[in-house]
Order: sequence, then structure tokens, then C-alpha cells
Amino acid sequence: MATPTLEVRNLRTHFFTRAGVVKAVDDVSFSIERGKVLGLVGESGSGKTVTGFSVLGLVDPPGRIVGGSILFQGRDLAKMSEAEMRDLRGNRIAMIFQDPMMTLNPVLRVDTQMIETVLAHKKVSREEARQRARDTLGMVGIPSPDERLKSYPHQFSGGMRQRVAIAIALLHEPDLIVADEPTTALDVTIQGQILAEVQKLASTTGTALIWITHDLSVVAGLADDIAVMYAGRIVEQGAVSEVLDAPLHPYTYGLIGSVPSRNKRGEPLRQIPGMTPSLLNIQPGCAFRTRCPRPTQACLVEPEIRELAPGRDVRCFHPMSEPAERAA
Amino acid sequence: MSEAMTAARRALGDGEPMVELRGISRRFEKKLDFAGRIAKRLGANIREEIVHAVDNVDLTIRKGEVVGLVGESGCGKSTLGRVVAGILPPSDGRILRNGIDLLDRNATDAREMKLRTQMIFQDPYASLNPRMKVADIVGEAPLVHGITTRGGYDSYVDEQMRRAGLDPVFKRRYPHQFSGGQRQRIGIARALAVKPDFIVCDEAVAALDVSIQAQILNLFIRLRSELDLTYLFISHDLGVVEHISDRVVIMYLGRVVEEASSETVFASPNHPYTQSLLASVPRIESRKRAFAVVKGEIPSPLNPPPGCHFHPRCPHAMERCRVEKPELKEVAPGQRSACHLNDAA
Ligand SMILES: Nc1ncnc2c1ncn2[C@@H]1O[C@H](COP(=O)(O)OP(=O)(O)OP(=O)(O)O)[C@@H](O)[C@H]1O
Ligand SMILES: Nc1ncnc2c1ncn2[C@@H]1O[C@H](COP(=O)(O)OP(=O)(O)O)[C@@H](O)[C@H]1O
Ligand code: SF4
Ligand code: SF4
Ligand SMILES: [Mg+2]
Ligand SMILES: [Mg+2]
Repeated sequence: MATPTLEVRNLRTHFFTRAGVVKAVDDVSFSIERGKVLGLVGESGSGKTVTGFSVLGLVDPPGRIVGGSILFQGRDLAKMSEAEMRDLRGNRIAMIFQDPMMTLNPVLRVDTQMIETVLAHKKVSREEARQRARDTLGMVGIPSPDERLKSYPHQFSGGMRQRVAIAIALLHEPDLIVADEPTTALDVTIQGQILAEVQKLASTTGTALIWITHDLSVVAGLADDIAVMYAGRIVEQGAVSEVLDAPLHPYTYGLIGSVPSRNKRGEPLRQIPGMTPSLLNIQPGCAFRTRCPRPTQACLVEPEIRELAPGRDVRCFHPMSEPAERAA
Repeated sequence: MSEAMTAARRALGDGEPMVELRGISRRFEKKLDFAGRIAKRLGANIREEIVHAVDNVDLTIRKGEVVGLVGESGCGKSTLGRVVAGILPPSDGRILRNGIDLLDRNATDAREMKLRTQMIFQDPYASLNPRMKVADIVGEAPLVHGITTRGGYDSYVDEQMRRAGLDPVFKRRYPHQFSGGQRQRIGIARALAVKPDFIVCDEAVAALDVSIQAQILNLFIRLRSELDLTYLFISHDLGVVEHISDRVVIMYLGRVVEEASSETVFASPNHPYTQSLLASVPRIESRKRAFAVVKGEIPSPLNPPPGCHFHPRCPHAMERCRVEKPELKEVAPGQRSACHLNDAA
């Protein structure tokens, strides 16, 4: 098998705050191959953004990567110097944020920003850079890109701004894109347009994509694989169809049941009781214990993630396996 | 009446009208900015712009119904919700609440009717006074309106909190000491404490995580049957609306474009906009599929397109659509749609 584009092993990123150590990412492992989309899902505070930031080397103090490796095409990003990282970022690895203004500079015209980004990593003429900028804007579905290049970010709608940010991420045809909730703030028809573009790109350019979202429905249609995070850890991962059709972790099972869907109209949703624990003082044992419908004495010890079937990882002592159990 | 019969009656929509909107419009004047004012004084031909947030809406909500109101941002959902709740006067039109004209200053019942309508918002934190204890947030209005007494106050507050799924032990705490889901429960307890029979929920679960959202939706479903409530449930999330609503109203740029039972809207939508919207919604049942695409952007409500507002994005647009506004007409029993295609056949 070819080397995966990205392989994260036992990543741990902690924040050393005055109130204590926040274990935002604790023993996270996943890998993603060329042209594939990995959906990283979880509720707010579960560690999705910090995972994405860790991959790009964007974690600022008081946060720090305290363990693990991040192998990008076989090279460990966690061991790279800031200069080496800068060279990769925006070039071979790009990030798309929920707020496009994290990428865009409000006081610069779009063409200036895009041309500078091209020139930062490529020795081409200004005219060639402009050409590239225009083509990329067209690729993400921006009409009359020549005209649009001359605009400032505030002259765009939210959806258009996000497209420009995506276009900037695509300028160097990166090998890996980390997208953190890029369509969460957008209207559903605009989200649909962007998802369609992104899907086309991943399959045609071979870019590997980590799509971070709290929305299981987006991942269902977009991703090949899914990793579910809870309290800083991946609790379950595998192919989308397997995980969503037959979840093994009680949290995944509860989360799927919480999504209103046409199958259960008007009936109470199968809900998970309680709420996410604070990462500041996680009790020992399984972090989901207090909300889990099936805890035992064994769960007072932290469960390790294990491969129950090829490509199917679960962090639970008592995974749901019998179909009868699910019906109950 | 049995559960099944109640449901059947709701589906037929023959409960008595709780709220009737007749020709409701609401305009906002967008004030000129500084540069605009100067330019105007220098003789430039610019005027204050008018936003038609809600444009000539007729809507009936019947007793016991849950009516879902959907549409993309800026289409006028919140504005219509506030008009329905009686907290924003319309520019034109009438609102009848149980037959009483809410806008008639002489109607002595109008004030009571307003109290019987309560609103629940997206961000409970913004609508809860941060310096008040939960007990007072919940208990103040019922005390003022004589729904409870000083003597009965404590037990009344406890009962309201318990019903919304809050432990009364926490009644001396302040809003910031609660999680987002719990704050939404405080908002619900406060709204229900004045014994309303009609609730307008504006994106009431939009800010919540999926698992917490499910808890709050379940609470809304339970309270509806326990207290015989009627809801106008505003949401941009079609999954949520489909789950909770008996009837669905779709808005686009200030106008109602389609209205029908939940089943009908989701199974056989008539209006091209409804069809596009449904095609764009990600579904948890779907697997690795090509996302459907509606072309174009949502136009500015400051300057909506003439004729049918949807025509620049509509795959079926005809010449007539560019000039003539389609009326909302019955296209099947209980289904209304505003599209010229329905005249063609
Ligand atoms: N007080 C106001 N002054 C000026 N314009 C307003 C005011 N309130 C609303 N509008 C405008 O009216 C239109 C409808 O707004 P409204 O808040 O009702 O939309 P909405 O459907 O609730 O949108 P969202 O989904 O974003 O909540 C928008 O164009 C908005 O900018
Ligand atoms: N700069 C920071 N300082 C302290 N804690 C942080 C910081 N950034 C994130 N965290 C904590 O890390 C955890 C994971 O956060 P995040 O990755 O942003 O979650 P998600 O993206 O899944 O919503 C949260 O508990 C959050 O409060
Ligand atoms: S390890 Fe135990 S508590 Fe944790 S999810 Fe599994 S069964 Fe539940
Ligand atoms: S009236 Fe015309 S433009 Fe409007 S939805 Fe119908 S076909 Fe499309
Ligand atoms: Mg995040
Ligand atoms: Mg609104």
C-alpha cells in the first residue's frame, strides 16, 4: 500500500492554563490517503479544531503538542522547525476556517492576496500568478472571476467569501487540506454549492481532505471515512457507511439517534442524557461513562482504542455489536 | 379525544384558528450612512432604502398545531415571528388572535392575548438578565400578572423549573453558571410560567450541540402534549422542522412561497424553491453522493428581483416570471404554492 498522505499517531495536545491542564487532544490516531475525505466529527469542545491546528502547527501557547507524531508523506511535522512548517503551509498543506476572514485580509484586494500567495511559493511571473488566481476562482464557482479579483473581501457575501478562502487554499494544489466547519455558517443552498465543488476537487486533484464538522449529515454525503471525537479522544472510526449504518460505540449510536430525520417524525428522539464533561478535570475511566446506557465496573478504567474489524476502531469495553441491542 | 384522532384532525387542519395573519407586511427603513447623507445634501439622487422584510403574508395557525417556518437567512422569518408574537407592529395588515384584533388599541383583551403568546429565542443567554437569579427570571412575570402569589411563589417556581428539566436546587444560581442547553431550559421555563397557549420558537435549538438539541426538541414535543400548546417553530434547519412540524411554511425574500402539511412538503414539494432547498439538505441517510446544486445567490432584500423573487435562480423561469408576481394558490387540498407553472397545465 502507498504511504498515506497523512498519518497521525497518538497525538496529544494539551493546554497549560492557570486553572489546570486541558487535555484537548489526547491519544488521537488516524490516517488519510490521497484523494480521500476524512470526516472528523464531534460536538463542541471535543477537540476537533485543536486536532486540525496541531496538524498545521498552529497551536499557540499555553497549548503545546506533548506527544505523538504527525507524518505527512512520511515526514514528521511535529519535529519540523517553524521555517520548514511555514514552507509547507499554504503550499502543500492548507487550512480552511469556519470564518473566511481568518484567511482573508480585509484591507487588500482579492487579486493582491491571491497573487502574493502564488508568488510566495512559486517562481512565476505576476501575470502567470494572476492567471492562476483567476482559474482557481472559476474552479470554486465564482462567476466573472476577472471582475471579482478587483474586489475587496467586504464586497462579497458570506458564501462568496468562503469560496475565495477555499480558492486561496487551492492555489498550490495542496496534497492535504484541513477544513474546519467551513460551511457551518452558510445557508443550505450555498453550502450545497460548496460541498459539490469540494467533492469534485478531491476526486479530480488527489488532494486529501480532513473535513471537520459537528454535522453528521454533511459527512454522510461527503466523506469516505469518519472519525468520531468525544472529550479529546477518537472513540470510533471506520468507513462512513459502516460507522453510520452500524455504530459500535454507545456515543456514536446516541449521536446518530439525536439527528432529526424523516424516519422518526414527531416521535421523541433517542437522546443522550447529560452533557459533555469539562476537559479540565476528566474523571478517570471512560469519559462517556456518566452518559452511557451500559457502563460496568470495567469502565472505571480508561478503555484503549482497538481494532474490532479491519479498519474499524472502537474505544469501548462493551461495543454494541448485536443488532438486537440496537433495536432496544 | 384519542391521540390518533387529534393527529388526524390536525392533519386536516380543521382546529379553530389560533392566529390569523391577513396581508401582513413589515418594512424597515435602512438609514443612510454618513457618506450617503452628505451626498444627498449635495443634491445626489439617493433615498433611504426600504427593506421589505415581510411582504403581504396571509397565514393561519390552528389550535394544537405545530407550524414550521423555514427559509434562508434574511428571508423574514424572525420578523414575521415577532409580528405574530405581538412584539413588533406590522407596517400593514391585521393579526387576529382567537378572533381578537391584536392591533386594536381599544380591545381590552389584546393585552391578555399578548401574554398568552410567548417567544423563545436562539441565544437564551442574550435574553436572560445576567444579574437575576434563575428563580426570579422564572417567577417575576407570573407574580406581576397575578398568576402566582407571594406565598405560593417558591413552589410555583420549583414546579416550572422541574417541568423544563431543571433541578430546583439550582434556583439561586445566575444564568452564566449554566450550560447552553440548561439556559435554553431556563428560557422555556420562563416562557411557560405565564401559562401561554401559543409559543413562537425562533431558532430555539440552532445554537445547541446535536445531543443537547435532541434533548430540547424532546422537551418541546413533551410539553406540547402535556400543556396542549400550539407552536410556530422557526428554523433554518429542515431536518428539525420536518421532525417537529405538522405543517410547514416556506419563505423566500419576505414572501411565503409554499405551505402544506409536513408529509406533503417533504414528499411532493410544489414550488421550485422548495424543491431546490430539499435537494440541498445533507441527509444522514445519504452516502457519498453528488450534492445537488441550486445556482446563484440569495438576492438582497433591499433590492429584490421583480416578478417572482426566485426567478434568477429558478431552473424553470419563464418570461412571465420576470414581470408578474405569482400569487399563493391552492394546488392540492391543503397545499398552497406561489408559482406560475401551476397555471400552465
Ligand atoms: N430592525 C431592522 N432594521 C432594518 N432591517 C431589518 C431589521 N430587522 C430585520 N431587518 C431586515 O429584514 C430582513 C429579514 O430579516 P429577518 O431577521 O426577519 O430574517 P430571518 O429570516 O430571521 O433571517 P435569519 O435566518 O438570518 O435569522 C433582512 O434583510 C434584515 O436585514
Ligand atoms: N487557547 C486555548 N486555551 C485553553 N483551552 C483551549 C484553547 N483552545 C482550545 N481549548 C480547549 O480545548 C478543547 C477542544 O477545543 P476545540 O478543539 O476548539 O473543540 P471543537 O473544535 O471540537 O469544538 C476545549 O475544551 C477548549 O476549551
Ligand atoms: S467503555 Fe463502558 S462507559 Fe465507556 S462507552 Fe463503553 S460501555 Fe460505555
Ligand atoms: S414563478 Fe417562475 S421563476 Fe418563480 S418559481 Fe415558478 S417557474 Fe420559477
Ligand atoms: Mg471547533
Ligand atoms: Mg432570524
